[in-house]
Amino acid sequence: MKFISEYRDARLVLQTLSEIRRTVTQPWVLMEICGGQTHAIMRHGLNQLLPEEIELVHGPGCPVCVTSLELIDKALAIASQPKVIFTSYGDMLRVPGSDRDLFSVRADGGDIRVVYSPLDAVKIAQQNPDQEVIFFAIGFETTAPANVMSVLQAKSLGLKNYSLLVSHVCVPPAMHAILSSPFNRVQGFLAAGHVCAVMGYWEYPPISQKYKVPIAITGFEPLDIAQGILATVRQLEEGRAVVENAYPRAVTFAGNQPAQAVIQQVLMPCDRKWRGIGTIPHSGWCLRPEFSDFDAENRFPVRQIQPQESPVCVAGQILQGLKKPFDCPAFATICTPQNPLGATMVSSEGACAAYYRYSSESVRN
Amino acid sequence: MCLGIPGKILDIYQSNGLRMGKVDFGGVVREACLEYVPEAQVGDYTIIHVGFAISLLSEQEALESLALLREIGNFEEELGA
Repeated sequence: MKFISEYRDARLVLQTLSEIRRTVTQPWVLMEICGGQTHAIMRHGLNQLLPEEIELVHGPGCPVCVTSLELIDKALAIASQPKVIFTSYGDMLRVPGSDRDLFSVRADGGDIRVVYSPLDAVKIAQQNPDQEVIFFAIGFETTAPANVMSVLQAKSLGLKNYSLLVSHVCVPPAMHAILSSPFNRVQGFLAAGHVCAVMGYWEYPPISQKYKVPIAITGFEPLDIAQGILATVRQLEEGRAVVENAYPRAVTFAGNQPAQAVIQQVLMPCDRKWRGIGTIPHSGWCLRPEFSDFDAENRFPVRQIQPQESPVCVAGQILQGLKKPFDCPAFATICTPQNPLGATMVSSEGACAAYYRYSSESVRN
Repeated sequence: MCLGIPGKILDIYQSNGLRMGKVDFGGVVREACLEYVPEAQVGDYTIIHVGFAISLLSEQEALESLALLREIGNFEEELGA
């Protein structure tokens, strides 16, 4: 398939890796922001092919993992109500709330449906005018254009029974939070290619300059990731720190402007709590007041929630690049994809799930 | 979640007030919303994420960056690496 197979060409990947090996002279810690990249790295074994000087730590770019426990509990409370159809991307159904997950609400009779796109949720609202249809609008900048378009479509169709439970998060504030932490280890970033396909990368040069970290906009195929690592390592070795676009076939500096305009029209910045990390100022988006009719939090006031996080799980530290899944005593023992303690073990982008799925015992020890 | 898959646009039409299209992912054809790529034409390649085209793929950029990486390889071979 064009635009895929070229980027899985083993020979070209190995050549790029040997160029990385020739370039590197000292240890460097890089973070790939996006959980999709974490999975690609583990799946293709890139972590084992890299020179030992390069350590990859895994970033917070997994929306399923960082959606706050309060919002999961709120979703569980709303989804349990009568005359409600709760729609969501599939990954969210197994994410543990304080005492259960959406699957168990469904098992108890809740009408919970997995959709591929929020436009499918709008269709369900059209077909079920006597029921309230809620879409769990989680995600980074990549998912925002789809989620906001569903609001505009519901509005133009005159639907009164459609609303979003919004949990949008943004990458640049999380990078600021990671880099300004006194425990930070990250010296260079592979930025998330599809976030940048939407937003461009005009937000990144100030970060790169302020913290003196190289940032490479990076795609998702093995060759893309090798290219992103090479660009970052070259800069580190040369003492430079700029933003480089290593995914130019999909990303431009300005990004997708029609999408940014619609996001601006419907959403506005807000403080957002990240699961395991805490509140990061201006790190999320919520609906603008003129769209408050579409806000599920207004429509379904849920009594005060007291969330209970697992005392063992270290997902928050993993998401900040401070720990690896193997550092967790629960990893692959009491915490597995079948019985996850934290969201990082659930998602198809979670670091723990990637380690569980692709790491052999030999790598663990 | 940010999984985006490249696909080729086969057809463009209006549906429920939105610009939609049929997109071919190496044999699997699905519907996607094309509102955010107003310049897209049939035959273009695009990245689809949760049913929305978020970016058109640039063949020229793709060829240029591949050529650069291949150069590294050629240089290596000359060195006998």
